[in-house]
Amino acid sequence: MDFNDNEKEAKFRSKVREFLDKNARKRTGSSSSAANAAAPETLQGKAAQIKALQDAKNWQAKKAEAGLAAILWPKEYGGFGGTPIEQVIYQQEELNYFVHSGYFEIGIGMLGPTMMTWGKDEDKIRYLPKMLTGEEIWCQLFSEPSAGSDLAGIKMKAEKDGDEWVLNGQKVWTSGAHFADYGMIVARSDPNAVKHKGLTYFFLDMKTPGIEVKPIEQISGSSNFNEVFFNDVRIPDSQRLGNEGDGWKVSLTTLMNERLAVGDPAGLDFDEIFEITRDLEVEDGLAINNSEVRQKMADWYVQSRGLKYTKYRSITALSKGQTPGPELSISKLVTASKMQDVSSYALDLMDMGGYVLDEKNPVLNNVFQKGLLFSTAMRIAGGTDEVLRNIIAERVLGLPQDTREDKTKPFNELPSGKTN
Amino acid sequence: MNFDFSDDQKLLKDQARKFLSDKCTRKVVRTVLDNTDSQYSKELWQEIVAMGWTATAIPEEYGGLGLGMLELCVIAEELGRSLAPIPFSSSIYIFAEFLKAYGSEEQKQKYLPKIASGEMIGSFAFPETKGTPRASNLKAKVENNKLSGSKLPVNDGMVADVLIVAANSDSNQNHNSLSLYIVETNQDGVESKLLETLDPTRPSSQTVFHNAECDQLGDIGEGWSMIENILNRAAVLFAFEQVGGAQTSLDEAKKYSVERYAFGKPIGSFQALKHRMADMYVKNELAKSNAYYGAWALSSDSVELPVAAAGARVSASEAFHFASKENLQIHGGVGFTWEYDCHLFYRRSKMLSLNIGSIRKWKENLISNLEKRNIS
Repeated sequence: MDFNDNEKEAKFRSKVREFLDKNARKRTGSSSSAANAAAPETLQGKAAQIKALQDAKNWQAKKAEAGLAAILWPKEYGGFGGTPIEQVIYQQEELNYFVHSGYFEIGIGMLGPTMMTWGKDEDKIRYLPKMLTGEEIWCQLFSEPSAGSDLAGIKMKAEKDGDEWVLNGQKVWTSGAHFADYGMIVARSDPNAVKHKGLTYFFLDMKTPGIEVKPIEQISGSSNFNEVFFNDVRIPDSQRLGNEGDGWKVSLTTLMNERLAVGDPAGLDFDEIFEITRDLEVEDGLAINNSEVRQKMADWYVQSRGLKYTKYRSITALSKGQTPGPELSISKLVTASKMQDVSSYALDLMDMGGYVLDEKNPVLNNVFQKGLLFSTAMRIAGGTDEVLRNIIAERVLGLPQDTREDKTKPFNELPSGKTN
Repeated sequence: MNFDFSDDQKLLKDQARKFLSDKCTRKVVRTVLDNTDSQYSKELWQEIVAMGWTATAIPEEYGGLGLGMLELCVIAEELGRSLAPIPFSSSIYIFAEFLKAYGSEEQKQKYLPKIASGEMIGSFAFPETKGTPRASNLKAKVENNKLSGSKLPVNDGMVADVLIVAANSDSNQNHNSLSLYIVETNQDGVESKLLETLDPTRPSSQTVFHNAECDQLGDIGEGWSMIENILNRAAVLFAFEQVGGAQTSLDEAKKYSVERYAFGKPIGSFQALKHRMADMYVKNELAKSNAYYGAWALSSDSVELPVAAAGARVSASEAFHFASKENLQIHGGVGFTWEYDCHLFYRRSKMLSLNIGSIRKWKENLISNLEKRNIS
């Protein structure tokens, strides 16, 4: 047992470090803590957001020049042709620098591989290079008001008209639609077929007439997601990926690649709350000297480190060329609730002052107040806690699925309730 | 990164699992449960001795195999998985580790070969009453080289040939200090009585000493720090036993929930139960990963050991308790019958989570060690 890179990994890591040192500014001291590394998408103010996006595009172009823009993509598409462990090493190292690649993760991580698997050669030649360099940003148009956890229940209409398709309906929770140039979309082309069989998958230009993007304001005040409305949007049949009716199969290519993202989820964790217990006073003195506080701290320590070491087990599997075990299914489930609980308890420690969330008052740190609001989204986005438990129960533990009417009946005969 | 056991260690683990599923059946466990004259399974003990398990981490010069602590970790996990009713933890994780760390050359020569060969069983006599052991509630004392006092509970005290006993020494004036003594039980001044406990598959005793012969272990007055160090080491091994037990609890819940039908379906298809089992799985995985980190710290003699051991211990105690109680719950009415095995795990989980210190005590250890680390 050890925590060291093997020879090939060490060589790759030093190559990555050399590139980062030459081209980016390193985080130092407390600025490297996850709580302080706010994603630029959450910045307030339009000008700040535009600048952050341009900075990210410049950074992505530099990575592309060095061949490090997409570690897992094959060399023929400009990728590094690397292994999952090399992807992990790159992510670990990049986190130590003031750069941000979040804008491109959906494209490079999920939509690029979908294009590689299902796209025509001319499309790959046209779209993949600019996806890689960050010149063109892509978004994923999947969820709908009536289809969240039950993704295959989407209603967006795709009707064929000669050589074209006409799209009508609404997508929601689309990350980055407000700055994306292109998107990939799954829509219902045959409502008479069984739910999973009546879908077709397309890509499209976000400037196509009839598309309207409206940011959703979240309870935290920031807007990371959008509603996207489609009103008689016409796209050529040549922008179809996969056969008519194979949309679910193509979607699975996209979603399977989502599970390969092994980044460190930023958030409020044991270290952040442990730090404030040595600063804050409760009824009997410093919080850290209170025995109830100490018991709570221990709970979060073992959760936090348990996840970290589970990740080490996954990385070990990757390093040996094996498929990682359970890490990806448990990580978000544990992290999101932990962040909510840690935030809530931190406010309890602040006692009567705990509900103040004032950006202009430098005396009070606001990260836990923001965490209390943001963690609610974490427990839902990218698979709710409940869906994740179903996935663990069915796919990891092999427990039986519940009886499902929607696997045999035509989609338009299924009952549908309120859709917000 | 190589945060995993080696292929040889995994092979040892597989062998241990196969061996125990054959030799340590529930019938073997229940023989000890149902029979108050039976303090452990002698047959199983002889078999695991023959396999060399008791000798695993004892150095070759003292009759051991001289393998590392990681080998002991994989064996511990399998012993926990199968609820092995033998005094392995008392003799190997605790007694042998005390001797290895603090025994004089003579003491090591005298006891370790016999512990390795299974001829002798060792244990540790520490608490005297309910509550966390402290200077104020430990009364056992040594005067003129004779030990007097009463210890309760002493796990495996009924079968131990030799004990490490924590006692106050008349040659030390500091009333908060504690010393350790090696005491052989086959003498007039030592008497053990069987205690009824929550887990009769791992019996304990009340052991009374009356002017018993004793032999000082380590430095006088250094008892607390020696105990802390050895219990940190033992905590990692206990954590592996607990992880093993937690995994069996989940496996049995799963198995029952697909076989048992209600409302026309297997109960394992209901989300209320599925989500419960998913939570068991999450806690088990976190506990396993924390135990791995403990194993790394233990095997590499890292300064991280106190933190790693406490983390492993807390995580594993909680996981096994949760898995064993929810396994019983998922079984419904039969879950609380003597006939079904759910209670065996429920009993063992609580017993294991107490006998080297409770979860709340280990949480406190964890935080105080983190504070020390932050200061240094």
